[in-house]
Amino acid sequence: MPVRTVRIFNGFERFWHWSQALLILILAFTGFRIHGYYGGISFDRAVSVHTIAAIGLIVLWIFAIFWHLTTGTWRHYLPTTQGLWPVVRFYAWDIFRGKPHPYRKHFWRKHNPLQAASYLGLKLVLFPLIWFSGLAYLTYNFWQQGISHPALSWVATVHVATAFAILAFLIIHLYLLTTGGSFRHHVAPMLTGYDEVELTDVELAYLKQDEPHRLKD
Amino acid sequence: MLQQSSSPNWLLFILLGLLHPPLLAQGQVELGIDEYSDIGLKGPVDNPVTALDADQTKTSTTDHAKLKELQGPFASGPEVTRACLSCHNQAGDQFITNKHWTWRYRHPVTGQQLGKDYLINNFCTNARGNEGMCAQCHAGFNRTGPDYDLSNQENIDCLVCHESTGTYYKLPPTRGNKACAILFEGKPPIDWAKVAQSVRLPSRANCGSCHFYGGGGDNVKHGDLSSVLFHPPRSVDVHMSEEGENFACIICHVGEGHQWAGSRYQMIAKDEREQALPKPGMERETATCESCHGDRPHPASLRGLKLNDHIDRIACETCHIPAIARGGVATKVDWDWRTAGRLKNGEGYREEGYIQGNGEARHTYKSIKGSFQYDENFPPVYRWFDGTMYYTTIDTVFDPTKPVEINFFQGSPQDPNSRIWPFKRMHTVQPYDKGNNTLVYMHLWGADDAAFWGNYDFAKAIAYGMEELGVPYSGEYGFIDTYSWWPQNHMVAPKEQALRCGECHSKSGRLAELKGFYLPGRDRLPWLDGFGLFLIGGTLVGVGAHGLLRLFLHRRKR
Repeated sequence: MPVRTVRIFNGFERFWHWSQALLILILAFTGFRIHGYYGGISFDRAVSVHTIAAIGLIVLWIFAIFWHLTTGTWRHYLPTTQGLWPVVRFYAWDIFRGKPHPYRKHFWRKHNPLQAASYLGLKLVLFPLIWFSGLAYLTYNFWQQGISHPALSWVATVHVATAFAILAFLIIHLYLLTTGGSFRHHVAPMLTGYDEVELTDVELAYLKQDEPHRLKD
Repeated sequence: MLQQSSSPNWLLFILLGLLHPPLLAQGQVELGIDEYSDIGLKGPVDNPVTALDADQTKTSTTDHAKLKELQGPFASGPEVTRACLSCHNQAGDQFITNKHWTWRYRHPVTGQQLGKDYLINNFCTNARGNEGMCAQCHAGFNRTGPDYDLSNQENIDCLVCHESTGTYYKLPPTRGNKACAILFEGKPPIDWAKVAQSVRLPSRANCGSCHFYGGGGDNVKHGDLSSVLFHPPRSVDVHMSEEGENFACIICHVGEGHQWAGSRYQMIAKDEREQALPKPGMERETATCESCHGDRPHPASLRGLKLNDHIDRIACETCHIPAIARGGVATKVDWDWRTAGRLKNGEGYREEGYIQGNGEARHTYKSIKGSFQYDENFPPVYRWFDGTMYYTTIDTVFDPTKPVEINFFQGSPQDPNSRIWPFKRMHTVQPYDKGNNTLVYMHLWGADDAAFWGNYDFAKAIAYGMEELGVPYSGEYGFIDTYSWWPQNHMVAPKEQALRCGECHSKSGRLAELKGFYLPGRDRLPWLDGFGLFLIGGTLVGVGAHGLLRLFLHRRKR
């Protein structure tokens, strides 16, 4: 199969990724400030920034969901066991023996199976949890029933616990940029949009015919 | 942070004491009793905004100076009152039901009989039986004892509330012990006709000449009511300041027929009814912040909306009165009656031991009262409060192994009618009936040989007080710790001085003592934080180990 340099991340996808990254960093910084771990910014400023960033992320997400559904790109995240084992084996063993990464990106499968599963978990579990707990937090006054409602502590618990989990994801996400090739090699596609991808003959023909601008050479 | 403001004064005092050892040893010693000789208006009479006399030439239909009834001559207060009531022929009937006259109040919720005529506080303890002194601040003439005729309208003192010359004053109704003579010295005679012709709606000078001196001196009792409020800077009181709104007390303490709103006995801890009656221009007789500001007072910004979310749980005063006793006049926070009665050369004396913010010295010891501590510009104590005050009265039997709450209240985070309120908490060690476990009425004032002020004998003063007022007494007294709680409502600071969110939303913030609800920024679940830090720490160790192993094996391979 031919390997070609193809634009796999288009403009919206890259904007989505980086603005989401920025908003998550802002939310984490202000969120753990509100939780009381450090100072540096006043509580009310932190709450205001956290709220604005959260609303921004929600709006971004609405666009992102629409984009995934209408472009069919949601299929990249379908869980699969095909090729999962070599990837797991690579990170647990082969990586130490200097072997290359077993997965090559395909045009309709940008992520390796392990990566797809973890992104799916992030999107279907962690993000909704922090979303809904955050919205419950934000709308506290509409459901508190005139008292200092004890459920607030559970809302806060879910929100903070999810925040810890997302932070752990972020750490692993960043660390994995150093594996299987260079850091630059991993980051560049999300900046330029282009990466080397194995294309089927049909895919190559289609791109040449209908989307030639996505092919670099 | 706020409490430190008083410490430099202490430091200064200690330094001065080191330079002058006698001063440290006993402070400034003065003989005699001068209680209340310095009360009253300080500086010129204020001309505040009141409902009617912003411009009297336009709003009033009567110039009292021209009334023939007020040309005098008058020889006494009751003569002036007779002239007042000859035109204002409903005023007397109205006023004789007012607390300022009866000193009696039946609490509508608790059913307790309250009022100065009955209550015992933890300052000078009881007005009942000591009217000869305490009724200096009764809104009537000649209240010399508990058997005062409450139907005699000629004894109503119209002038103390309505005169505007600043020259009117009241003295204790009786002369007390000879040691108290200083109280009556050097007073110019009152020009009754002049003060009678000057009447108008009460200004801060009128209300303040008593209410700013509750408890035996400037700001002693309340903490938020001091002589600073005669002419407060904007930073002390945004409403009453002449640089601000220049409000008279009656702008908020509204009412009709000589009855007005805003008693501490029954407060509106959470005023939501205002929203039920938001008809423009509709009047409602409450003294709450919400009665003017509504219950969504903050601007419709992201921050303002969040602040509005707090209004159902946090009293306005909690954020907008950042500290008690601002503006240079301190309040008493601790009183120990046990040391009362020490004499020098057979006479009572006083010692100055506290220099307050405005540079004036305050007494920290008086033979007639004991030892005191002051504080100013200090943070309140915060409690959930539903508005109803209960009192430990003379007939309450208590457990003497615990401190006695002179007044107490209920409230909780689960009660929709409670809010978090700021309080001044007063601590006192005062006499009680050791046999019956009740508070006592003390006989402080009188020309007899039992009055504590002059004779300095607790045993006699208590026995006399209890017998005079017909209260059973075991004959044995002791001393007990008491607390009283003073909701803070005045000295509302400009908005830029309101508390920042982090003052409460932090681990050891102002609400650290209040439990039973989740407060973001203050509360953390230990297991959750443990889980979170373990997760993050574990992840970091995991990727670190993975990375190091890669590096190590990679090198070895080379």
